Amino acid sequence: MYKVKVYVTLRESVLDPQGTAVMHSLHAMNYNEVSDVRIGKYMELMVEKSDRSVEDVVKEVCDRLLANPVIEDYRYEIEEAVAK
Amino acid sequence: MKFAVIVFPGSNCDIDMYHAIKDELGEEVEFVWHDSESLEGFDGVLLPGGFSYGDYLRTGAIARFSNVMKEVVKAANEGKPVLGVCNGFQILLEAGLLPGAMKRNESLKFICSQTQLKVVNNQTMFSNVYQPNEVITVPIAHGEGNYYCDEETLEKLKKNNQIVFTYEGTNPNGSLIDIAGIINEKGNVLGMMPHPERAVDELLGGADGLKLFQSIVKQWRESNVINA
Repeated sequence: MYKVKVYVTLRESVLDPQGTAVMHSLHAMNYNEVSDVRIGKYMELMVEKSDRSVEDVVKEVCDRLLANPVIEDYRYEIEEAVAK
Repeated sequence: MKFAVIVFPGSNCDIDMYHAIKDELGEEVEFVWHDSESLEGFDGVLLPGGFSYGDYLRTGAIARFSNVMKEVVKAANEGKPVLGVCNGFQILLEAGLLPGAMKRNESLKFICSQTQLKVVNNQTMFSNVYQPNEVITVPIAHGEGNYYCDEETLEKLKKNNQIVFTYEGTNPNGSLIDIAGIINEKGNVLGMMPHPERAVDELLGGADGLKLFQSIVKQWRESNVINA
């Protein structure tokens, strides 16, 4: 069993309206050292071992469903986990 | 002409769409549930607005994998008219039947109001009853209508005249070059954020949307009915 952490964010080239609003709010609170905010999604998947490599499976589900490649990037971390 | 209105869990403009076709346009129409495995016998497919699957993950992302979507793709490939309005547009984008993606409105607010649209391309099966550059009034109601695509795609959309409707006057959501509705290259799949099905009766504030449905029927009669 693997525990997979997936992070999905808007691509660098895509303006993030939510992130921009949060940054403006931080500036209004005088945190002027914050120069950019990007809001994304965090997902945790439990993936059972199968004949396919866990990496292949994770890439495929990210490309097909978890992220939209037109506007989003993703990255992931895979760690071994003990089945509950 | 017989239309299918696809109903997903969370669709909420399906009844408006049905009403527009049956009572205002006077054509045949049936609801088709999202897990249906056939669209046989239908001449056109309508994907209504709403919040399919609660907009979980991304708008349209989960609906795009429902059973009936295989049939919608098939109908699109066969050249049948496929119209996606609002959430229907978002589903078409996620399904890859139209290029690009939707972002949250620039204002981050859900906007529900009348908008002015310009009919940029009236040479499509969805817009042939409109005059060139006709300005029409159609309502919008969405939180994610901020259309985005990369530059290469945008150039292609412009070059092929795939932009059918643009917002006139104010751009309500930050959409790229005021895009309100686009068509696929083949010309039989249209996605638009504004709701033509909510503008089919003067009693309800305007009937500018009706011509869109009349366009579909006109084109279909011309190519399918002898002596039309």
